[in-house]
Amino acid sequence: MSAAPPGLNEVLQRTFSFPTRHFLSATDLNEVEVANLLDLADGFVSLNRQTSKKLDLLKGRTLMNLFFENSTRTQSSFELAGKRLGADVVNMSPRSSAMSKGETLIDTAVTLNAMQPDLLVIRHASSGAASLLSQKVGCSVINAGDGQHEHPTQALLDALSMRRAFGHIAGLKVAICGDVMHSRVARSNIALLQMLGAEVRLVGPPTLMPAAVERWNVQVFHDLRKGIAGCDVVMMLRLQLERMDGVMAPSTREYFRFFGLDREKLAFAAPHVRVMHPGPMNRGVEIDSDVADDLSVSLIQDQVEMGVAARMAVLASLAARLDNDR
Amino acid sequence: MRRPLAFLNARLVDPASGYDGPGAVIVTEGVVADVARSPGFGALSPDVEVVDVDGALLIPGLVDIRVKTGEPGAEPKETLKSAALAAAAGGVTTIVVQPDTHPVMDEPSVVDFILRRARDIELVNVYPAGAATKGCEGQRMAEIGLMHEAGCLYVTDADRPIVDSKVMRRVMSYAKAFGVQVAHRPADPWLSAGAAASEGEFAARMGLPSVPAIAERIMLERDLALVELTGAPLIVDQVTTASALESLKRAIDRGLPVTATTSINHLSFNEIDIGDYRTFCKLDPPLRSEDDRQAVIEALASGLIQVVVSAHAPAPAEDKRLPYDEAAPGAVGLQTLLAALLAFHHEARIPLVDLIRAVTCAPADLLGLAAGRIAKGSPADLVVCNLNTPVHIDAGKLVSKSKNSPFDGRRLQGRVLRTLVDGRTVYSAAV
Repeated sequence: MSAAPPGLNEVLQRTFSFPTRHFLSATDLNEVEVANLLDLADGFVSLNRQTSKKLDLLKGRTLMNLFFENSTRTQSSFELAGKRLGADVVNMSPRSSAMSKGETLIDTAVTLNAMQPDLLVIRHASSGAASLLSQKVGCSVINAGDGQHEHPTQALLDALSMRRAFGHIAGLKVAICGDVMHSRVARSNIALLQMLGAEVRLVGPPTLMPAAVERWNVQVFHDLRKGIAGCDVVMMLRLQLERMDGVMAPSTREYFRFFGLDREKLAFAAPHVRVMHPGPMNRGVEIDSDVADDLSVSLIQDQVEMGVAARMAVLASLAARLDNDR
Repeated sequence: MRRPLAFLNARLVDPASGYDGPGAVIVTEGVVADVARSPGFGALSPDVEVVDVDGALLIPGLVDIRVKTGEPGAEPKETLKSAALAAAAGGVTTIVVQPDTHPVMDEPSVVDFILRRARDIELVNVYPAGAATKGCEGQRMAEIGLMHEAGCLYVTDADRPIVDSKVMRRVMSYAKAFGVQVAHRPADPWLSAGAAASEGEFAARMGLPSVPAIAERIMLERDLALVELTGAPLIVDQVTTASALESLKRAIDRGLPVTATTSINHLSFNEIDIGDYRTFCKLDPPLRSEDDRQAVIEALASGLIQVVVSAHAPAPAEDKRLPYDEAAPGAVGLQTLLAALLAFHHEARIPLVDLIRAVTCAPADLLGLAAGRIAKGSPADLVVCNLNTPVHIDAGKLVSKSKNSPFDGRRLQGRVLRTLVDGRTVYSAAV
C-alpha cells in the first residue's frame, strides 16, 4: 500500500460543508465561507501539482455537466475537478440530445434528476436558468454561468488567483474593463470582491455599462487610462465580436484604440499590476498579445489552473453538505 | 318568465350617478326595473323574489375591455367559455376580447364567430375588438368598416405597436369616419426589442434584457401628435410609467380626445415582485419601478387614467415554466380584478365610487355600451360582493384554464357573492 500523497491530509482537514445546497450566486457565500473555500482550494492547488492527483472524496458520486452553451474551458475544468475527487463525470451535450427536439429545460432536469446525480453543473444562455433548475431537482446545482446573471465559480477562482498573487484581497484596487453590461463574470466578481473588501472600478464605453450602475457602489470610467490608474488588478472581459461593427462599439480597431489593453495604457496602473482575463481572449480586440503573454504581469494562465482547484473546493464542500443532509 | 328579483339592504355604488349609499334594486325581464336609494322599497308585490344582501356591496357588473382568450386557435390556454366563467366568478359581466387570435380577427367573419360563440355560451357579454391592420402586422388596414358593422367595439393590434406612422395615421383617420375608436399600445419597438424587464438596477443585477421606461413615452408622444393631426380619438392601451403620464396630462389638458387605461397588474406590482425570476410576473409591458407604480395609482385617483383593465392573458404552465427570458408574458386577471382593485379602497387611497367607475361606466361610456350603471332601464348586469371578506388567492384554484396569476399567494379583501348578466345569475358563491 502506497503512502498518502503529500498534502492530502492538509486538504482533508480543510474540507467543510458548503452553506447552501446549491451554488447559484457569489452572494450565497459570506466572507468567512469564501476564505474557507479559498484555503481548501489552496490545498487542491498543491495536490494538482503532484503526479498523483486523485482523491476519493467524491467516490460514488455522480457529477453531471449540462452545458447548453459551448465552453471547452469551464466544462473540462469541472470535469477534471470531479474526476480528481473521484466522482463519475457525465457530460451532457444538449445539442445531441432531446433538447434540440423541443424538450424544455424543466423536462430535461426532471429526466436527469431521475438518473440520481449528486451534482449538476449547468451553463445556460438565460439568466435565472440555474435557479429554475435548482427548484426542480433533488441534487446540488452549480451555476456555471446563467445568461448575463452570474458565474460564481469564476469569481471564486479569480479571488484565488488574486489572493495567491497579492497575499490578500482586502484593499486591492481592481478595474473590471470592457463589456460589463453583458457579463456574468463581472456581476459575480463585483459581488465577491466587494464582499472581500476590494475597491472595484468599472471601465468601458457607456454602451457596455449596465443600467443604474451608479447604484453598484463602484466608480465608473469611460477612459481606460484613468480607470486603471493606480490599480493592482486589471481584469479584462471578453467582448463578443458580434457586438462590434456598430452595434455596441463602432469597430474592432476603434475599440482596441480606446478600450484595448496594451503596454502603453497598462503603464498607468500600479507598477506591480497583474492582468486577468476569464478567457477565451480576443487578442487585438480587448487585449494585446504582448500583455496577455507576459507572465510577469499576466495571471491568465494561473486563472485556468486555479479554476480546477476552486471547483474542486466547491464540489468537495457541496458533497460534504450532501453527506451531512443524509 | 322569470320572477322579478329584488336586492334589499345593499350598499349601492353607482359611479354613473356618483352614488354610494344604502340601496335596493328590482330586476325584471333582464333590466333594472327600479332603484331605491334606501335599504328597501315600500311594498313589494308577492311574486317578487327577495334577496336580503345584508349590507353587501351592490355594483354594476364590471366591463373589462382588454381580455385575451385562446379562442380561436389556442384553446388549451383558454376558451371563450372558460374565460366567461372566470369573468362571472370575478364579477366581470362584459369582456372585450383582443384580435390577436389564430386566425387574427381582422375581417368580419371572425368577429361574427366570436359573437355567435358568446351567444351559445350565454354567460357574460362578449364583444370582439377588431384588428387595426391585417394580421396585426402593422402594414395594411384591416376591414374596419365591415368589422364594425359585424359588431366589433374598437380596433387595435393588441400587444403589437403600429410602427409605421403613415399606417397609424391612416387607421386613425379611416376609423374615425366610422365612429370606431383605435386603441394603441405605446411602446417604442426598437427600444423594446427582446426586453423581458424594465431597465434599472433590478434588471441589471438580474442580468435581464430590459427596456427603458421612456420607450412608452416615445411612442405615446407620436400617437398624441397623430391625434392632433387627424382629430381622431385614441385609447392609450395601458399607461404604466410616470413619464408617459406627464405626456398624457399635457395632451388631455389641451383637450385632445384621448382616454388612457392601465392594468390592474401595474397598479398592484412592481419589478421587485419578479424576485427570483418569477415568470408569473413577466408581463407586457413589463412591471415597472415603484415610483412608476405610485404615479399610475395617483393618475387613477386623479382621473387622468380613466379605465382599468385586467389585461387577462392566459399562458399555460409549459409557456411559463421556462427561463425568464424565454417565458411567455402575461397574466390571467379576470377573476381577481375586482378584489385587487378594492385594495385601494381598503388602503383609503382612492374612493370606492371612483375605483368602481374605472371598471364600469367609464369603459362602458367609452365604447358606447348601455352597461356599467344601475339605473331604471339599464341592463341588469349586477354584482353582489362582500367588501371586507378576506380572500387568499390560490392560482391553482382559479377558474381559468391557465393559472398564471401574479396574485398567487396574495391576500386580498372582497369576495364576489353573486353575478348577474341580463338578470340571469351566472355566478353564485358557494355558501
